[in-house]
Parts: sequence; C-alpha cells; structure tokens
Amino acid sequence: MTEQPFLSVTGLTKHFKPAAFSRGPVVRAIEDVSFEVPRGKVVGLVGESGSGKTTIGRSVLRLVEPTAGTVLVDGVDMTKLSARELRQQRSRMQYIFQDPFASLSPRMTIGQILMEGLEIQGVEPRETRVARAKAALAAVELPADAFDRYAHEFSGGQRQRIGIARALALEPELIVADEPVSALDVSIQAQIINLLRDLQLRLGLTMLFISHDLAVVEYICDTVIVLYLGRIMEIAPAETLYANPRHPYTRALLSAIPEPIPGRTSQRQVLVGDIPSPANPPSGCVFRTRCPLAIEACAGAVPGLETVGTEHRSACIRNAEIAAGAIS
Amino acid sequence: MMPEPILDIQDLRTVFRIGGRDIAAVSDLELSIAPGETVALVGESGSGKSVTSLSVMGLLPKKVGRIASGTIRFRGKSGVTNDLAQMDGESLRRIRGNDIGMVFQEPMTSLNPVYTVGEQIAEPIRIHLGRSHKQAAEDAVKLLADVGIPDPARRARQYPHELSGGMRQRATIAMALACDPALLIADEPTTALDVTIQAQILELLAKVQAERGMAMLFVTHNLGVVAEIADRVAVMYAGRIVETGPVDQVFAHPRHPYTKGLLRSVPRLGEATALKRAGTPLPTIAGSVPSLANLPQGCSFAPRCPYAIDACAVAVPALVDAGEGQLSRCIRWQEL
Repeated sequence: MTEQPFLSVTGLTKHFKPAAFSRGPVVRAIEDVSFEVPRGKVVGLVGESGSGKTTIGRSVLRLVEPTAGTVLVDGVDMTKLSARELRQQRSRMQYIFQDPFASLSPRMTIGQILMEGLEIQGVEPRETRVARAKAALAAVELPADAFDRYAHEFSGGQRQRIGIARALALEPELIVADEPVSALDVSIQAQIINLLRDLQLRLGLTMLFISHDLAVVEYICDTVIVLYLGRIMEIAPAETLYANPRHPYTRALLSAIPEPIPGRTSQRQVLVGDIPSPANPPSGCVFRTRCPLAIEACAGAVPGLETVGTEHRSACIRNAEIAAGAIS
Repeated sequence: MMPEPILDIQDLRTVFRIGGRDIAAVSDLELSIAPGETVALVGESGSGKSVTSLSVMGLLPKKVGRIASGTIRFRGKSGVTNDLAQMDGESLRRIRGNDIGMVFQEPMTSLNPVYTVGEQIAEPIRIHLGRSHKQAAEDAVKLLADVGIPDPARRARQYPHELSGGMRQRATIAMALACDPALLIADEPTTALDVTIQAQILELLAKVQAERGMAMLFVTHNLGVVAEIADRVAVMYAGRIVETGPVDQVFAHPRHPYTKGLLRSVPRLGEATALKRAGTPLPTIAGSVPSLANLPQGCSFAPRCPYAIDACAVAVPALVDAGEGQLSRCIRWQEL
C-alpha cells in the first residue's frame, strides 16, 4: 500500500471576481489543478506571469479562498476548516516570501521576529522561545549575535536566511517557498538553495517551491509542475523533465532560458506573441495561441493530463506524435 | 587595427556623497566600444554597472552622485567628439535621445502614461530632427512596425497602460531608435520580463543593432543574456572591472576567480540532477559582496576568493593583459 500523500490538491480553482460595483472581467487564476506531494518531498511549481503558481501556493495555506476544489494536508481538508481549526492546522505550515527586504519588520530585532510566531502559538515559557529562535538561527548558519540586531544590518542573502529561520522556528511540516531566491544575486542564490535542500532533507520537510525559473528548481525539486495560464501543462520527476520534456510549452520555456554557453543561441526557439490575459484565456488548450505545434483541434477542448511515462504526464492532444518524434 | 571607438571611457571615478563623505561607486574604469559593437557590463548588486551607464548618460542623481575624475569621450553622428564627463544640462540633452538612445528595465518609467505611444515616439523626432508633426507621426508608426508591434497604426494611438509589458518594452526601444542613435544604452532591458518575452526582446535588439550598425552598451546581471547579445563583456565587482574580453573567450577561459565563480554559480539546465544524485551541493561563491563604504584593502574580491594569498591584500591589482584580448585584475591569473 502506498502512503497517503502529505499534501493532496484536487480540482483546485480560483476565480478572482472584480471588486463590488466595479465592472471588469473575472480573472481565472487557476483552473482545475490537481497534484500530490508525498511527505518529505519537494514539488516545484514553475511558470511565467499569470500562470497561477503563487495563487496555488496561497490557496494551499488558504491565504486566498479557493473557488472550488479541495486541499488535503495530512488528510485534513483545509477548505472546510473553521477559523479556529484553520489557525491550528496552519501552525504546521509556513510560507517563505520572495522579498527579504519587505517581509522583515525594520523595528523588531531578529530575535523578536523569530519569536513572534512562537508567542502567537502559545509556546511558553519565554526561555523555550529564545532557545528555539536561537536554534533556528544556527540552522540557517547565521551568527548567534544576529539575535539582537535589526534586519537592515544584513545583506539580501542573510535576510533570506532570517526569513527561513522564522519559518523553521515554528517547526513546520509543510513549507511553501514563493520565489525564495528570485530577489538575490546569482552567487547568493545557490547558497540559499543549498541551505533549503539541506534543511529539507535533514528535517524531512514537505515543500512546495514556487519559481518562474526552471533552472533554479532543478536541484531542489523531486517533481516539477509546469503551469501556463492557470493550468498544468506537464508534471514529471525533475530528472525526467529536463532530460525528456514533452509538452511544447516546457520545451519552449527550457529553450528560452539564456545560458552562459557561447554558441547555444543558434538552437533557440522563440515563441511568438504575448501571454494571453487570464481574464480572457483562449478556448481549448490555453497555450495554443503561441504553440508552434498547434492545430485546429487544439481550440476544441481542454486537453487532459495524459500519462506519457513513469510519473510523467503532459496535457497535449499531440502527445503521441511528440513521443514518436514525428513533430517537434 | 581596431576602428576608432565611438565611446572611450578612461580612468572614470564616480562618487556618491553619503553621510558627509564621498563613496566611490565606480573606480579606475576603462571601457571602449567600437562602432557597431555590443559590449555588456555584467555584475551583481553594487558592482557599479548601472552607475557606469548613468555616468555616460549624465543621469546621476543630482547633488548626490558626480563624476569625480576621468573622461568619457563620445563621437556623435556628426563626427564631433565630446567629453560627456565635462558636459552638463542643455548640451547633454541634445546628445541624449539624439546620438544616444536609452532603454531601461521598467518600460513604465520611460513612458509617460498621459500621452499616446505614438506621440511619445514622435516627440524626439520633432525636437532633434526638426520634422513636422505629420512626418514625425508617420515615422513613429514605421518605428513601431520595425520593432515588431502588430497593427502599429492602431497601437500608436493607444496609451502605455493598454500595452503588455513586452509590447511596452518594444515601444521604448522604438522611442530610443527614433533619431537613429549611434549608441544604444540598454540597462537591464529584459530583467522585468518573462523569459519567453525576454527571448523576443533580445532577438529584436540584436536585429535592430545589426540593421543599423549601432553600437550598444548592454548592462545586465545575467550572464546567459550576455552570451546571447554581446561581442565583448566587462565583468564588474565592487566598482571595478575585474575582467574584460571577447564573450566566448571570457566564458570559455575566465582569467579572474570572480568571473570563474560567477559562471559556476549559474544553474545549468540538466546538470543539477547529477549533483543531486551525488549529494554534492551547488557551486557557490562564499560570503557576500562587501559594502562600497568599507572595501577591504587590496583586491576587493580577496576575502571571498579561493585563490587569495597574502599579496592580494597589499594593493588593488592592475588590469593586466592576459592574452587573447582578455584583461584580468588578478595577480594570479596565470594560475587559473
């Protein structure tokens, strides 16, 4: 028997309605998204603007109310909980934000920042809170004297370590990391990814790792989900996705990433056109308006996620032709 | 024999007045660009790459930033060479937008929300080239077509907010090209864009650059983008160029430990899987960038450098010839 996944998302949908008395379209941020994250594994949500990756992350913690679908965390349906139950369940989860400059209060010492959540959760006495905060600082490899200092005294990479320490202090089981390295310089990005990977393995954390950059998620993720306009295009174990991408969008996304390898440019495949607005997504396959392989039938129906390999699924009606190498 | 450069920067030192003292954001900077050539300035936060481009454009923040010494010799379309470092106000304005086109990271900072896209592109054509309103408006539509905007006549009548991010950046490129500049300065022009749109804009910039034989100074933090767009690259760290040379040469054989470390830090598609399997961490550069107000003695990179020796702390290394058109500011470049 397989173990029950720690996080199980089924049919998740979020439509943002225009504010009361204002006209405007409904924004279809996510449509019918389903996936699972086994305990202790890392799943990457990757996509460009409007792909819905952040909305999924927020819906999992119910920081936004989903329009439809269920989110099971360790068997508990997050969408059905009362405010009190939700608070309790949320203590098992933490969110790490992109911008380490905006997410830390300038008026609190790092110690106060790390202990705030513990206090809210009723961790007593104070000595226990101090000990847990200091342990979290050590876990992210910051010096102990950081405890009494303020956020502005730290560099971007160090602040992101503080953000991670704040999450760890609460001893969560699930972490949603939303673009945690996007604001950092490239030499620091790898430091933070190494740290997150190390902590995740050591503490057995389950993690959703959100990023716009396929190159960044490869090392840390066990499974990668590629999103476009609120829908899953492809889902595969990381090693499979990079070695054998199937969906035309995944292929285009990989090809668009510039790499410092002279001469690689020549094989570049540049997608034409803009990403459509999630307020007015195309009919059928949402990627068809930019897809180099699109045919008339693509406008007809939303393609389902079909199995194309071991734990590898792709939402394209031309999967068989792509697999046979008949088209690329 | 190298052609006479269109832009030739010598010994540039740009300082910022902070807390009552001058802090050098750029030091000892030498850089030249030949006509039709694309040179990338690459570096991380605080490296001085953007301050260098602002110095060239004369757009340093007033009262705070100034060029303390050095020359920025620029040859305009008329063939006259001026030292931009010595020019101010009105005379610089005549060069900007006419001889030098500019594209920035965030298109909405260059576009005025209350004018149509067409009006904004037509304005420099009227001011600098003296065309009539009607002619300038026609030129604007033609420019929008040149930068790949579909239905350009209709787009010219729209306001910036009606365009997508990628379209807006195309419009700012059209505006920068309006007076057929000899030099285009592009400061992180694709950083705010999605990666599939970035690919489009890079392709566009390379195309217009080749068509017009324009020189380009391209400022970016992204080494991958450098490989796509530039002929030569200058790698900056803590206000100084630490290595420069032809892009292929520098990327294949870096002659400075910082360039080497930075190249290794960029995640390569498909390579992380092997590292993960082996349980090996991703390559990194230890530590973080020093504060410009408090740079270490000698080589600024020495505290983070795996090759550092005692001699590195004695004096700032000179930028020395490392062969194959490369220059390196490292006393141990031969051992790399």
